[in-house]
Amino acid sequence: MPMMHETLILVVGLAAVLTTASLVAGILSWRAPKPLSSTLVNLNQRINAWWVMVVAITVAFFFGRSGMTILFALISFAALREFVTLTHSRRSDHWVLLGMFGIIIPFQYWLVWTAWYGLFTIFIPVYCFLLMPAITALHGDTERFLERVSAQQWAVMISVYCVSHVPALLTLDVPGFEGRNLLLIAFLIITVQGSDVLQYIFGKLFGRHLMSPKVSPSKTWEGLVGGLATSSLLGALLSFLTPFSPLQAADVAFIACLMGFLGGLVASAIKRDQGVKDWGHLIEGHGGMMDRADSLVFAAPVFFHTVRYFWT
Amino acid sequence: MSKLGTRTFTLLQTVTSVGLSALAWAVTGVRPIWNGSQPSDRQRIYFANHASHGDFILLSACLSEKERARTHAVAAADYWGKSRLRRFIAQDMLSSVLIHRQWTDEAQNPISIMLSVLDEGHSLIIFPEGTRNMTDEPLLPFRSGLYNLSMARPDVELIPCWIENMSRVLPKGQFVPVPLLCRVVFGAPIAIAPDEERRAFLDRARETLLALNPRPLRDD
Repeated sequence: MPMMHETLILVVGLAAVLTTASLVAGILSWRAPKPLSSTLVNLNQRINAWWVMVVAITVAFFFGRSGMTILFALISFAALREFVTLTHSRRSDHWVLLGMFGIIIPFQYWLVWTAWYGLFTIFIPVYCFLLMPAITALHGDTERFLERVSAQQWAVMISVYCVSHVPALLTLDVPGFEGRNLLLIAFLIITVQGSDVLQYIFGKLFGRHLMSPKVSPSKTWEGLVGGLATSSLLGALLSFLTPFSPLQAADVAFIACLMGFLGGLVASAIKRDQGVKDWGHLIEGHGGMMDRADSLVFAAPVFFHTVRYFWT
Repeated sequence: MSKLGTRTFTLLQTVTSVGLSALAWAVTGVRPIWNGSQPSDRQRIYFANHASHGDFILLSACLSEKERARTHAVAAADYWGKSRLRRFIAQDMLSSVLIHRQWTDEAQNPISIMLSVLDEGHSLIIFPEGTRNMTDEPLLPFRSGLYNLSMARPDVELIPCWIENMSRVLPKGQFVPVPLLCRVVFGAPIAIAPDEERRAFLDRARETLLALNPRPLRDD
């Protein structure tokens, strides 16, 4: 395996970070008065869920392109289910909704699998964009038509199209980087998810100025600046995984994490509009799949096209 | 109703029950919210809103395996008894209790049929609206079965269960479910108050069930 060395460092590194987190949380819980405060319970749940997520991604990693394609197709399924559940639909939308799960997800990921770039980039934004409202119109139910078709477009763009750009990284031909594209996925996920955690930590420690109190009560300028700076640094440290120089890796990580931040902001706005706190309940302590993936959703397409434009 | 008295799960019923619960979870990620009651060994009548054939599968998927094995859904004989296939699905696979909504023969009296099942120690799932609700109303008026059963067997707990979203997953007339997240909210048990009239009780039971809907504004 050409990436054995890097893979080993990654697995050991992630296990070390999570073990440390589990130890710290364990000591905190042990010393805290019982019953545990909800913050501590939530912290423990979050760390345990991280273990599960890291193991799931690691297993998919060892199955290469098929593992990653299947894993992210399942993530799209979970995200789409949360999105559609939250938005308005009527009985006449039944077949369009079925098509989103039964046709669009499998076909988009088949395009990833076969590396058919030309159709991969336009299948959803062109063909699904035009055909889905056409089917809805043919059903003849015009009640809140624009609202329903817009929500359907958003659902597939966010949960399927954007998410599918993560495994699509495996289809890029970066000269001198052959057979190592899985490490690009690792780089993207670790910096973006790491940035979420770092923004949260900086926000808790130093957060004074709310960025957008109407949208999210937890996003602060201090959290954003501290989180972005440290995750760019993390990106530079991880440049050995990538075709980037350390400075380039910091820049790419910065862009991805900034997009990730915006993804979280937009997701919060949607949740606020729909009157819910979480997208779902799939991941104990975190909420739904979209609560965990919202940053990755915005970061993946931009990261994909940055690499594609500058490195292929 | 020759099967009364031998209402233990057959292998087919056990396999069906486990398989359908797994399927319900895979499609809807269903999870119970115990909001006022807890899983228990007490004999119960679960009463729920009804908009889809999937309703009782979703509700049973939220029960423990032991409770599921002794809980039977009450279904309409004029629908589920219509053909041999339907009867096979309803009785031999799902172990439902079939009752006639329009009856003349005393042997078909739905209340006596349901009481005899209760007297064997089983729990029931009933849909007091009497039919699948296809209107814009969140919940139709209740029929009197709930009141009659509780008058006759006051020791059996009445548990209101709000089934969320199932009408969108599997609307009437559709057979392929759309995967959407569903929850079942189990509320606090209710009982007939002393001197409470039939209609007053039924309306109160309906209000109690409605109040469990976690997202009342969006149930369109």
